[in-house]
Amino acid sequence: MPSITREEVAHLAKLSRLELSDAELDHFAGQLDAIVSAVARVGELPTEHVPPTSHPQPLTNVFRADIVRPAGTPVLDRAEVLAQAPAAEDERFRVPRILGED
Amino acid sequence: MSIAKTQELLGFDEALERYDPVMGLEVHVELGTNTKMFCSCPTEFGAAPNTQVCPTCLGLPGSLPVVNGAAVEGAIRIGLALHCEIAQWCRFARKNYFYPDMPKNFQTSQYDEPISYNGYLDVEVDGRSFRIGIERAHMEEDTGKSTHVGGATGRIHGADYSLVDYNRAGIPLIEIVTKPIEVPGHLAPAVARAYVTELRELIRALGVSEARMERGQMRCDVNLSLRPKGETKFGTRSETKNVNSLRSVERATRYEIQRHAAVLASGGRIVQETRHFHENEGTTTSGRVKEEAEDYRYFPEPDLVPVAPSREWVEQLRGTLPQSPTVHRRRLAAEWGISEFDMQTVVNAGALEQIVATIDAGAPSDQARKWWTGELARVANERGVDVGELPITPAQVARVVGLIQGGELTDKLARQVVEGVLAGEGDPDAVVAARGLKVVSDDSALLAAIDAAIAANAAVAEKIRAGNHAAVGVIIGAVMKSTRGQADAARVRELVLGRLS
Repeated sequence: MPSITREEVAHLAKLSRLELSDAELDHFAGQLDAIVSAVARVGELPTEHVPPTSHPQPLTNVFRADIVRPAGTPVLDRAEVLAQAPAAEDERFRVPRILGED
Repeated sequence: MSIAKTQELLGFDEALERYDPVMGLEVHVELGTNTKMFCSCPTEFGAAPNTQVCPTCLGLPGSLPVVNGAAVEGAIRIGLALHCEIAQWCRFARKNYFYPDMPKNFQTSQYDEPISYNGYLDVEVDGRSFRIGIERAHMEEDTGKSTHVGGATGRIHGADYSLVDYNRAGIPLIEIVTKPIEVPGHLAPAVARAYVTELRELIRALGVSEARMERGQMRCDVNLSLRPKGETKFGTRSETKNVNSLRSVERATRYEIQRHAAVLASGGRIVQETRHFHENEGTTTSGRVKEEAEDYRYFPEPDLVPVAPSREWVEQLRGTLPQSPTVHRRRLAAEWGISEFDMQTVVNAGALEQIVATIDAGAPSDQARKWWTGELARVANERGVDVGELPITPAQVARVVGLIQGGELTDKLARQVVEGVLAGEGDPDAVVAARGLKVVSDDSALLAAIDAAIAANAAVAEKIRAGNHAAVGVIIGAVMKSTRGQADAARVRELVLGRLS
């Protein structure tokens, strides 16, 4: 049954650009292990005759016409949008230097 | 940032004596749809930053994507034109990564169920035909555009922070991936270029994208590995990202062959990594090491339902495919009265479209061809750009040709006019006026110059009088010099011979 190691949590944290302390790594490893174990119980159900599914609705080909902002489409105010971000400059989002790319 | 140390390279020929290259090309094409892949935001190029965004493409909580039907149609038509099979049923997938160019923290892409797979594209190099296998062509969305601030070169290296514009985030993108390409090593760079050129022609003929590389509407990643002659196992590859002109595709391939060979020949090991191509130097430098970055935790996109194109739809789209570029070019070659080999030169120079437009603007085909594959190709090469990026339009070239044909410009003067247009001095007529480049067609002015030249070269004039017409060049040369090249040499010759007969 699942056992989430501390190393796996550290790896995920790195991919997610999160900085976790040693204590947090231990804490989350235990928590995630409990969550994954709980979800894994689904595997105990007899599902041989249930086709794998990735979506609850039996639909395909739900397409939109290629029309710019049909009536009723929300249009965002740029100033308002930029104001939600931690930093903006020159009408653009300002973000920190990208990790590990120096 | 300058490149820290000069990379060891092995000579191209020496590299190929010892190793065979294997290439893989990934080309991203932005579709020219009115709206984005998953929302109805416009896709206009060059709009003010962050004005073409909405909750969906900014990844705001609660927003939901809806697939653009026109983009799926474009994807299928590209697949069909590449002789691919079209999936009966396929899904989108989330490619998870944390990088500020995608505000959702994932890119909606396709993973193991691409809409098109297993096709090919034929290209010709040096009169030989090569079939490039297509592994897949899948649908995804473009990312935002980052400008790195604080670094010396505007690239990632040395940047202090980045500014992000999400107008481009969510524009429909088709990623076309080749199967491993194994061709004679010395032709590999040219085959890579020919493939991207051919693909660009095809995309344009389909009308699904303008595929302008200088606008980033078409971008190429070059994967390359070497293996010792006789070895069957592939070597470790490098992936050179965002090689953004036809010329750069060729140069990046050549550079990587030489770099890999130098590493391997000295007993070193190639690291699997992405590399950045530097347009100015024609070199690549290390980007990120692959093992770390390549953990995208793909899973089927839960917010979108599968795409299952009916066979009727696929066949209907097959019926909309244009004449294949090969057939189209054969027809043009016949019209222009040139060989298929000459036509291939035109195509591989990336000049076909310019020549066709120049002819449409009124120039004879041989003249249009001469300018674009001669003088203009030379300038493009000098400047390190593709001919299509030169700041001269087909209409302007046609006008220059018209001036030559009207006897108002000599070839030599015409080259100066073109030089003026390329330098941003305006239309051909404006350059002619501003630089005073009209042919001296006034016979009395010419005769004065001719008489002066005869007087200064009396001995030569005597020989011509005696019937030695080969000597006339000396007098013509003197006249051309005194008129600063603005005389029509043929007319000068006539007049000189008339004077001395």
